[in-house]
Amino acid sequence: MTRTLKDLSPGEHGRIKTITGDGPIRRRIMDMGLVPGTELVMERYAPLGDPVEVKNQGFHISLRKEEADTVILE
Amino acid sequence: MTEKKLVVALAGNPNSGKTTIYNNLTGSRQHVGNYSGVTVEKKEGRVKHAGYDITVIDLPGTYGLSAYSPDELVSRNVILHARPDILVNIVDASNLERNLYLTSQLLELKIPMLLVLNMADVVEQRGDKIDSDLLSKLLGMSVVKAVGSKNEGTQEILTEVIKIAENKIELPERQVRYRREVEDELLVLQRIINQEKTAALEIAAGSDSVGNSRLPYPSRWLALKFLEKDREIMKHLEEFDQELPLQIEKSRKRLQSMIGDDAETCLVEDRYGFIRGVCREACQTNTLERLTLTEKIDNILLNRVLGIPVFLGIMWLLFQLTFTLGAPPMEWIESGIAALAGWVEVNMAESLLRSLLVDGIIGGVGGVLVFLPNILLLFLGIALLEGTGYMARAAFVMDNIMHRAGLHGKSFVPMLIGFGCTVPAMMATRTLENPRDRLVTMLVTPLMSCGARLPVYTLLIAAFFTPRAGGNVLFSLYLIGIILAIAMARLFRTYLLPGETEPFVMELPIYRMPTLKNILIHMWERTWLYLRKAGTIILAMSILMWGLFTFPNVDEHGRAFNEPAIQLENSYAGRMGKAIEPVIKPLGFDWKTGVALVSGLGAKEVVVSTMGTLYSIGDSEALAAEEAAAVKSFAEKVREQSGFTPLVAYVLMIFTLIYVPCLATVAIMKRETNGWKWPLFMVAYTLILAWLVSFIVYRGGLWLGIGV
Repeated sequence: MTRTLKDLSPGEHGRIKTITGDGPIRRRIMDMGLVPGTELVMERYAPLGDPVEVKNQGFHISLRKEEADTVILE
Repeated sequence: MTEKKLVVALAGNPNSGKTTIYNNLTGSRQHVGNYSGVTVEKKEGRVKHAGYDITVIDLPGTYGLSAYSPDELVSRNVILHARPDILVNIVDASNLERNLYLTSQLLELKIPMLLVLNMADVVEQRGDKIDSDLLSKLLGMSVVKAVGSKNEGTQEILTEVIKIAENKIELPERQVRYRREVEDELLVLQRIINQEKTAALEIAAGSDSVGNSRLPYPSRWLALKFLEKDREIMKHLEEFDQELPLQIEKSRKRLQSMIGDDAETCLVEDRYGFIRGVCREACQTNTLERLTLTEKIDNILLNRVLGIPVFLGIMWLLFQLTFTLGAPPMEWIESGIAALAGWVEVNMAESLLRSLLVDGIIGGVGGVLVFLPNILLLFLGIALLEGTGYMARAAFVMDNIMHRAGLHGKSFVPMLIGFGCTVPAMMATRTLENPRDRLVTMLVTPLMSCGARLPVYTLLIAAFFTPRAGGNVLFSLYLIGIILAIAMARLFRTYLLPGETEPFVMELPIYRMPTLKNILIHMWERTWLYLRKAGTIILAMSILMWGLFTFPNVDEHGRAFNEPAIQLENSYAGRMGKAIEPVIKPLGFDWKTGVALVSGLGAKEVVVSTMGTLYSIGDSEALAAEEAAAVKSFAEKVREQSGFTPLVAYVLMIFTLIYVPCLATVAIMKRETNGWKWPLFMVAYTLILAWLVSFIVYRGGLWLGIGV
C-alpha cells in the first residue's frame, strides 16, 4: 500500500516520492518546495482534524488532507 | 534638466516583506487600481532619486509564475508585456531556498534584475551567513541586503537600481541549467520557435496584433512553457505551424520515458536543484534544530484544545474593535451631520432645494461617512492579523468547517464582520487571495444579519410577539441567515462557479511585529478606496432615493400634499410599492409593506420609520425608540390597515433579513468585483431567495395555523 503525507502522524518524518494529481494544486505543492526527494515532518493537525501543517527545512506549510493525500511518500 | 524615467517592478513571495519595502520606497505616493478584467489589485508608487523619476510597480506576492493563479499570471504578464526597466526581486533571506525558487523563474524572463536580501537581521541573529558577493556571481545579478522593518537598505536599493539602469554593472548572464535530457528538448523546440518567429515577423510587419501576442517572449522561455503545457502559452500554439505541436508531444513523451516523470515535475525539481546548489555555496547555515519562537507560539495558538477558543477570542476582539469602538465616532458623525442638516433647515426657507440639500445630499454624505470608523478600525484589525501572521492560522483553524460549506478558512472573517455591517465585510474579502473563494464569500455575506436589520426585528417583535417568544424569534432569524448562507455557498460553488478546486496549500509565516507605517498605509489605502470608488456611488444612490420619495410633491392640481402619509403614498416610491403589491400579496404583504421594503433599499433601518409615516404614527422617534405606547399604536394600526398577523410580521422579518442589505452594499460590491455584473446578480438572487423563503414560511404557517 502506498503511504501518503496524509498518513503521517504528528511528529513523524517522511520523504516525498512523487506527487499525483494535476493542475493548480499539484503545481502549487511543488512550487512550495514539496518536490520529490524532499524530507518533511508532520507538525500537527488543525484543531478540527483538517488541514494539516508540515515542516520542510524550517518552513511551515499548511494543506488540506485531500491535498496531502496526493503527496506519495517513499 | 529633465528627469529621466525608470519603471521598476517589485516581485517576491508573499510574506517576504515586499510590501514593507514598497512602502519604504514610495512612502505615501501610491496609487491602487485594478488590472483590467481581473480582480487583482494594481499598486503603483513613485519615488525620485538621483535625477530619476522612478515608477515602482508592486506585483502581487507569488510563489511561482504558473498560469494557474491570476496573481501569478498578472505578475508574469506585467513583466513580459509592460517590460519594466528593472525587476527588483525581494526575498526573505531567512528562508532563502524557497524564496529563490521564484528568482529562478524570473531569471528566465530576461529583464535586468536586482536581488534584495530582506530580513538580513534575522539571518545574523540566527548566526547564519550569506555571502552576497558570491550569491551575486552565482545568480548573475546585483545583491543588496535590507531590513525592511527598520527601513534599512532603502537608499541602497535605489542607488543600485540606477547603477543597473545606467549599465554600470556587468554580470554574466545566468539561468537555470536543466538536466541534459530537458536541455536537448529545449534546444529542438527553441529552434522551431525561432524559425517561426522570423517568419511571423515578416508576415506581421504591417499588423502589430499578431506579432505582439507572442513575439516579445524569450524563445527559451516559450520552449519551457510549451514543455510544461502552460495553460496561457498553449493558447498561442495554434499560431504556430503543425511542426511545433507535434514536436512538443514528442519531447514530452521522450522525457516521460527517459526520466519516468512528467516534464512539469522535472522542471520544478531542476529549479530547486539549481537553487540548492547556489545556497550550498553561498550560505553558511546553522543546522542546529531548535524550537523557534514561532513554533513555541504555535504550540499554544494552534493547540488542539486551545486553538479554537483562542481563535474565537481573537475574532471576538476584532468584532468589538470594529463595532464597539467604532460606535462613538459613528455617533459623532451622525450628530455632526444632523447638526449640519438642522442648521440648513433653520437658515433656509422651506423649498425643494432645501429638501434636496438636507435629505438628499447631506443625508447621503452622512450615509457615506458613517461607515468610516468601522472601515478604519476593521482594517486596523486586519492589518494586525495579517501583519503578525495570525490570519493564515485563522484560516488553518477554521478551514475544516468553512470548506464543508464550500468556502475557505479565511471566509470566516468577512462573514463574522457581516453580523455588524455588510459594507466593511465585503471589503474584508480582500484577505482571500482566490477570486472564486472571494466571490462566493461576497455573495453570501449579505445573508449574515447585519446591525441595521436589528431595529426592524425588535420593533416587529415588540409589536407582535410576547417577550418570551421574542428571543426565539430573533434567534431563528440569525440562524436562518447562517443556514441560507451555507446552502447558497454550496450552490454557487457547484453550479454557478464550477471548476477545479483551488489549492489551499499555504505558508504559515513566522510571527512578526507589523510596522506602524504598514498598518497606517493599509488603513488609509482601504479607506480612500472606499471613499473614492464606493462613496460616490452611495451618494448618487442616496440622491436617487430622495427623488423617489419626494416626487411628485404635488397632486394633479398642483397642490402640495398636507399629510406626510398621503405624500408618501403618491410619491414614485409609493407607486412602486403599489406596483409590486401583486408580487408580494402571496406573502401576506400589502402595498404599504411594499413601500417600506423599497425604502429599505437605502438602509434597512429606514423600514421602521417609513412604516411609521405610512401608518401615520405621529411620533416616529418614539416608535424608533420602541416606547410602549408608540409600539402599541403601531401594532394596532398595522393590524387594522394591513391585516398583519404575527405570521405576516415574521415573514416580513425574514424578507428583511434576506433581500439586498442596502445600496451601499451594492456600491461596495461593484468596487470590489470591478464591475456591475456581480452586484446586480446579488440583488437579483437575494430578492428571489427572499420571496421564496417568505412564501414557504407564510404558506406553511397558514397551513399549520401558526401565528394567524
